[in-house]
Order: sequence, then C-alpha cells, then structure tokens
Amino acid sequence: MAAINRDDVAHLARLAHIEMSAEELDRMAGELAVIVDAVKSVSEAAGDDVPATSHPIPLSNVFREDVVGHTFTAEQALSGAPDSDENRFKVPAILDEA
Amino acid sequence: MTDTNSNQLIRFSAAQLAEKLAAREITSVEVVQAHLDRIAAVDGGDRGVHAFLHVNAEEALAVAAEVDAIRAAGGAAAEELHELAGVPIAVKDLIVTVGQPTTAGSKILEGWHSPYDATVVQKLRAAKMPILGKTNLDEFAMGSSTEHSAYGPTRNPWDLDRIPGGSGGGSAAAVAAFEAPLALGTDTGGSIRQPGAVTGTVGVKPTYGSVSRYGAIAMASSLDQIGPVSRTVLDSALLHQVIGGHDPFDSTSLPDPLGDLVAAARLGNVDGMKIGIVKELHGEGYQAGVENRFNESLELLKQAGAEIVEVSCPNFKYALGAYYLIMPSEASSNLAKFDGVRYGLRVLPEEPPLTIERVMGATRAAGFGDEVKRRIILGTYALSAGYYDAYYGSAQKVRTLIQRDFEAAFAKADVLISPTAPTTAFKLGEKLNDPLAMYLNDVATIPANMAGVPGLSLPGGLADEDGLPVGIQLLAPAREDARLYRVGAVLESLLEAKWGGPLLDRAPELAASPVVEPVETLVDAQEAK
Repeated sequence: MAAINRDDVAHLARLAHIEMSAEELDRMAGELAVIVDAVKSVSEAAGDDVPATSHPIPLSNVFREDVVGHTFTAEQALSGAPDSDENRFKVPAILDEA
Repeated sequence: MTDTNSNQLIRFSAAQLAEKLAAREITSVEVVQAHLDRIAAVDGGDRGVHAFLHVNAEEALAVAAEVDAIRAAGGAAAEELHELAGVPIAVKDLIVTVGQPTTAGSKILEGWHSPYDATVVQKLRAAKMPILGKTNLDEFAMGSSTEHSAYGPTRNPWDLDRIPGGSGGGSAAAVAAFEAPLALGTDTGGSIRQPGAVTGTVGVKPTYGSVSRYGAIAMASSLDQIGPVSRTVLDSALLHQVIGGHDPFDSTSLPDPLGDLVAAARLGNVDGMKIGIVKELHGEGYQAGVENRFNESLELLKQAGAEIVEVSCPNFKYALGAYYLIMPSEASSNLAKFDGVRYGLRVLPEEPPLTIERVMGATRAAGFGDEVKRRIILGTYALSAGYYDAYYGSAQKVRTLIQRDFEAAFAKADVLISPTAPTTAFKLGEKLNDPLAMYLNDVATIPANMAGVPGLSLPGGLADEDGLPVGIQLLAPAREDARLYRVGAVLESLLEAKWGGPLLDRAPELAASPVVEPVETLVDAQEAK
C-alpha cells in the first residue's frame, strides 16, 4: 500500500472541507504516515473468503409505519443555525460568483 | 432536616441513596445540594478536577424538590416513583439535552442548545433523576485522555497531574471525585471502560443496540454505545436498567430487552462458571503492576469456585489497526454535518470570495481540533477510491475474524477476563503529541466494540509501582450483559473484603478550592473559556 504524503493530505483536506496551513499539512502528513503504516497489516489479515461485517449485530428491514410522528417546528430546527431568514437556513453564495 | 452531613451524602452509592430516599431518611434536595457543593469545592480553579463543562443546578434542585414533594405526600404517586428517583446523575456532554448546552467538547458546537433530548435523557427524566450537569470529554469523544477537549483537560482525582482516561474522563472523574454518584458515558473503543480503569470506578459498555444511541452525537455509528458509569457494580446495573430497551428512534436498537441486570448484580455467584483468560490481552506491553492485580483477581475468582481457562483470540492483534480504519471512516462521514450551516459555529474566510465552500473550510478549520482533523483526514483517505478495498474493506473483514474469535472463546468460557488498559493513568501531556501511543491505550477494549459484545471494567486495586488504580475487564457474549454484573459483583465483593472497603476510600482527599465559588460563577467561568 502506498504511503500517505503531503499532497495526499492537501487533497483529502480539500475533500473534507478543512482549510489547512502549510505548517499543518507538513505536520499532519508526518503523523498520518505513522498511523497508516501501523494499520496497513490489516489488509493482509483476511483472505478473499472472509465476508465483511459492517454492523456488529445486523438487523434488517427496520421500518416504521408511514405516519407523521414527532417533527420539529421550523423555529426549533432553525434555533441553532448561525443564520436564517424566512424559515430557512441562510448560507453564503453556493456558486463562485459572490 | 436530618443529621446526615453532606460529606456522608456524597459518599453513599446510588443504591444506598435510593434506599435512604425511599425510607425518607434523607431528601433529594439535600443530596443534590451536597453534590453541587462538592462540585463547587473541587471542580473549579487551576487545580480543580474540571469534570464538568456545565452545571445544571437550578433544574437539578427543582427535580429533587418535586421528588421530595411526591414522597412527602405519599400515596399512589409516591409508590410509582422509580427506585432511583431523586438520585442525581451527570451526563457526558456528547449526549444532547434540552435546557443545557451540548458541546461535544468542541468549539464548533460552543453555545449550541439541542432542540431535543436523547432517549437516555428522556429516560432519566421519566425516572425523575436530577441531572447535575454535563461532563467533559475529548472532542467528539476522540481520545483516551480528555486532553483533546477544546475546554481544557479533566484531571484524575487520584493524582491531579495525571489523565482521567478518555474520552469519558469527565464522567469517570466526576464519579471518582464524589461529584456525582452516577454518570452516563459513551464507548466507541473503550471510552467508558478505560476512564473507569484509571480512576478506580466502574464502567460498562452494553451490548451494541441494547441502549438507544438516539441523541448521542455520533462518532462511529457501528461502534458507539451509551453506558453507565458508577462507583459500584450494582449501581451500574441499576442505571443500565433505566437506560436500556428498544427505541424506534434508533434503527440499530435491539427489539428484545436484556433481562434483569439488577438481579444479576445482586445474585453474585460464580461457582462452576468458566472464566476465560484471553492470551492476547495481557502479558507483553502491559505494566507489571497491572499484571499483578490481574493475576490476583484470577486467584480470587478461582477461590470463589470459578474455573479459569485460557482462550486464544489470534485475530485480536489486528483489532487496533482495523478500528483505526473503521472508526475514522465512519467519523469522517458523521462529522460532515458540522459545516456552519445548520448549527454551531460559522467562520467567514478572511479574503473573498465568500462562497459556502470556503465558509465550510474556514469553519471546520477553526472549529475542529487536531485529533478530529486527523481522524477526518484518515477516514476520508480510507474511504477514497483506490484505497477503499485495501483499507475499509479489509478492516470490515477483520471485524468478521474478531467476531469468530469471540464465538470460539465463548464456546469455552462463560465470560472473558483481561486488564482493561495496559497501563495506569499517565501524566497530562505525556502522550499528547504521539497519536499512536495514545491509541494503544484502547488495545484491550476495542475488540468488544468491533464485535458488539458487552464489557465491564471494575477496580482491581492499585499498581505496586505507582499506587494508581488498575482496571479489570469482563466481556460476555452479545445480549448476556447480565453475566458481567453477576461476575463483577462477586469480584468486587472479594476485592473489597481484601482491601477492607471500597478502593476509592484510599484516594487522596481533594483540597477544596481556596475560595468556594458559588455554582453560578463556576458555570459562567467555564462557559467563558
């Protein structure tokens, strides 16, 4: 498996929407390389015949009756928002033309 | 009203408090006030325990007064009160509460108030248990020392220069410092059990799905579990019984109840039970004093009639690695919702253009601490195209192997036993800049989360070399949480007979802050940090 480098971290930080300074990228790349190295043995632990487990105690088809239950009022839903207007979350421009 | 002084009140177990409240020997208002006074005396200041991020004095006293009034009036309403009615509790600040802020130990949620209560909090309210406040934690429960809290670390009551474990160091320290008889924690890889081990308290990670996760801010949804924190095994069983059960608001909630956990704790009998030592969960890498106390517990269980067998779980050696792929993967997805739109912090970039993407980047850069960023990046990496099969896919296969190891082990033993953590509490700052060393604290607790099985940590004594608490971990098959309480209660009583009382009686007296601040001032000071 490939080691993780500074360019990888910069790319991943963009994907994860976390701005990082040059210093942070350097430090993070070093720390993550150590961690990735420590966990890489996992890829050799199990053969192709071993099925994956996504949940420890699987339950299937967990549904409820299709009736309206408890819902928040718009006021409650917006109560923690940094900005709102006319019962909606208000955000800065979505497209790069602000 | 009574001659029981507040120093006695804070040292009673929850079961003792419940009994005395029911007999009307004491009042809930006295009990709550005694704990609030204790919090004011030992939690604040430069050398305070700092277990609490928020103190909920007014509401807790109001609930206590309500319970006292119902008991005083007698009749059907008094009869119907829950056995723990009036017994106060602290709640880890990862669990959402109406009327109190919930921060998850992060700047990104500073000042945020949830519009709803977690299911477990609703259950505490239904039982009329006064909530003393919210306890400190590593940011979003990511850490093993509580040093990753954005609001400063919690200190271990046994030695204020040492860590109280994590992520639930606040809950464990609050209980160890007699600031609360009970607390709620969450355990994703050991965050209830490891703090229990290093603070000399009891902590239980229930079977996955047996306690609703609704309202616990998710780190890794397939691993997270809410559970009890206390000073005695019986108290954990009492609290577990309150918070457990099916919840339609959690799609992973188990439909069937677990049975009577309190009765199991009261039963206390290991005669003829098979207790398995996991070969891979002790020995090399474990502190000598931890091994000694572990061996002593085995000897006591043997004398009580248990058969000790050795079992091997060869794939446990991959558990830590697989955990550090699965947990960050799930966390990177779960934490995507903190984007400066719907709740919490919003930070505007210093330079234009002011687009939502750049606002998200600036908000998450300012709002998340280093450990959270590390895990989000690691998870994003493990899930990215080209690496998914090698990392996340392989880790999920390891999960299957770990489950198979547990199945084989439980074919030979009724419960498994190991030290909870490889070492006693380390010094604040000692491992802060070495993430991998920090991760190794959870080597013995992670397998249970990977397989969904329940685990309990109880105090096993003090390590010879440093005089600090050692934790003993018991593990049982899924849905067999009762066995943990049954065996745990026996071991606890044997150990306490040997020590001549509870381990926490040997903890150093905490010096009261030079100036006892009123609770309101303490809250303001902590919120202002």
